[in-house]
Amino acid sequence: MAVANSIILLMNNVVEINKVSKAFGSHVVLDNVSLNVEEGENMIVFGQSGTGKSVLLKCIVRLLEPDKGDIFIEGTNVLTLRIKELNDIRKNLGFLFQGAALYDSMSVRENLEFPLIRHFTFTDAEREEKIKSVLEKVSLEEAIDKMPSELSGGMKKRIGLARSIITEPKLMLYDEPTTGLDPITSKEISSLILELQKSLKMTSIVVTHDLLCAEIIADRAIVLNEGIVQHEGTITELTTSRDPFLRNFFSHEIVEEQNRRNNV
Amino acid sequence: MKNSKTKVIKRNSIENRLTEFFIMIAGLWQFQLQFLKQVFVPPYEIDQIRKHMDELGIKTLPIVSVTGFIIGLVITMQMHPVMVRFGAEAFLPGAVGISIVRELAPVITALIFAGRVSSGIGAELGSMRVTEQIDAMEVSAVNPFKYLVITRVFATTFILPILTVYVIFIAFVGSFIAVLLVQNMSYAYFIDKVVSSVEFGDAIPGVLKTFVFGFIVGIVGTYKGYTATNGTEGVGKAATTAVVVSSLMILIFDMVLVKVTLWLWPTV
Repeated sequence: MAVANSIILLMNNVVEINKVSKAFGSHVVLDNVSLNVEEGENMIVFGQSGTGKSVLLKCIVRLLEPDKGDIFIEGTNVLTLRIKELNDIRKNLGFLFQGAALYDSMSVRENLEFPLIRHFTFTDAEREEKIKSVLEKVSLEEAIDKMPSELSGGMKKRIGLARSIITEPKLMLYDEPTTGLDPITSKEISSLILELQKSLKMTSIVVTHDLLCAEIIADRAIVLNEGIVQHEGTITELTTSRDPFLRNFFSHEIVEEQNRRNNV
Repeated sequence: MKNSKTKVIKRNSIENRLTEFFIMIAGLWQFQLQFLKQVFVPPYEIDQIRKHMDELGIKTLPIVSVTGFIIGLVITMQMHPVMVRFGAEAFLPGAVGISIVRELAPVITALIFAGRVSSGIGAELGSMRVTEQIDAMEVSAVNPFKYLVITRVFATTFILPILTVYVIFIAFVGSFIAVLLVQNMSYAYFIDKVVSSVEFGDAIPGVLKTFVFGFIVGIVGTYKGYTATNGTEGVGKAATTAVVVSSLMILIFDMVLVKVTLWLWPTV
């Protein structure tokens, strides 16, 4: 019965990180980090700058190789896969980078069709329909023929998001999706992420400093500190905790959020 | 005391530079091996290669045209009084032709190409690296090495010989104009003299070595850009060092290839 339960649990976990460690030289960034993210769940990763939040995301997609540990995506240990098998997993996930990482030399249309052309056999009409559909979702239909250099920071994030979801991935990873944006745009992007997650039934891991964004999106959150998962819980549990570290960590965020709300 | 401190700092600086240099050579070697490992594996990205060849050709055509014309003109004007001094004025078109075909056009075109293209590739890929565009490509299950590196190296390797042949013809035009300034000669006679003087053993090695130069420009530019770090500062460094390293390597390989081509196609 216990075995059956653990299998069911394993099946429900889209991402399972077991005792992952990563160091750069003598600087240990992740130290035996373990984390499970269930299907359809929005997991927020908090932490001070330099605590390894982005490193954790990059280890999940193997942009960085962990020094030890295991990372399972839908039951497959990605760290043992060959590049071809890894790419099959990557085709089913989306990654929104901090600066959106749009391809500078390509127009918005070319950016969006890039993964479609390479991994699917859509006709031109089907591809065009998909591009228009995702642009409609991020409310940027008019930007279709613009170059990335002609877009504002918020627009770039939206197009980056559109490019990530155009293949309808089951798992989305967000690296600071609202950093550098004004409070109104930040709120819009956060609401958009939640909306997309619901409509496409995605599982998400979101690295952020933005408490407002986390409050909108999160089902659950963890706080990384000194390479370990120091706290885990809902946003309310974490922000109302009496733990000195959490009080100190969130007090600054709460003040910032109140300022933002006043501005909005 | 102050002198010995300065000496230690200088020695450390030289040691650091030497270490950096050897690390770069090792990195470049590994990068080339990776190129050889992946070059025959599909997909071949033919459209991208064609696109880069078009872009690089159009980008460098004006500057190599001007350079080629000036090389032909200047070398002829320089050689004319010397040839007159030795009573060998009739050999002027032949001597100029051989100089252009064997050495001047391939090397100068390659150096101009390195300055224009290697820095451009270094800056472009460097900027893609520091803004995580290369990571984004990798995460979307596309091999960025094949898509960005191999396509560009192929394009530089095959476009440079074409540009060199073009520069040779433009240099002949420049040379003919210079000849006209100093003596009366028809273009047909000039070309006849050049063609009768320039042999197979002069033309083929001159053009063949530009494949090597083109490869150098591509591999150094992509290596510097692909491995760029430290934000915008790293991008600038990638662009400038790409030019310096590729130009230096072109000259070193030219020295080696002269020996090899003379052995393969002896002129005497």
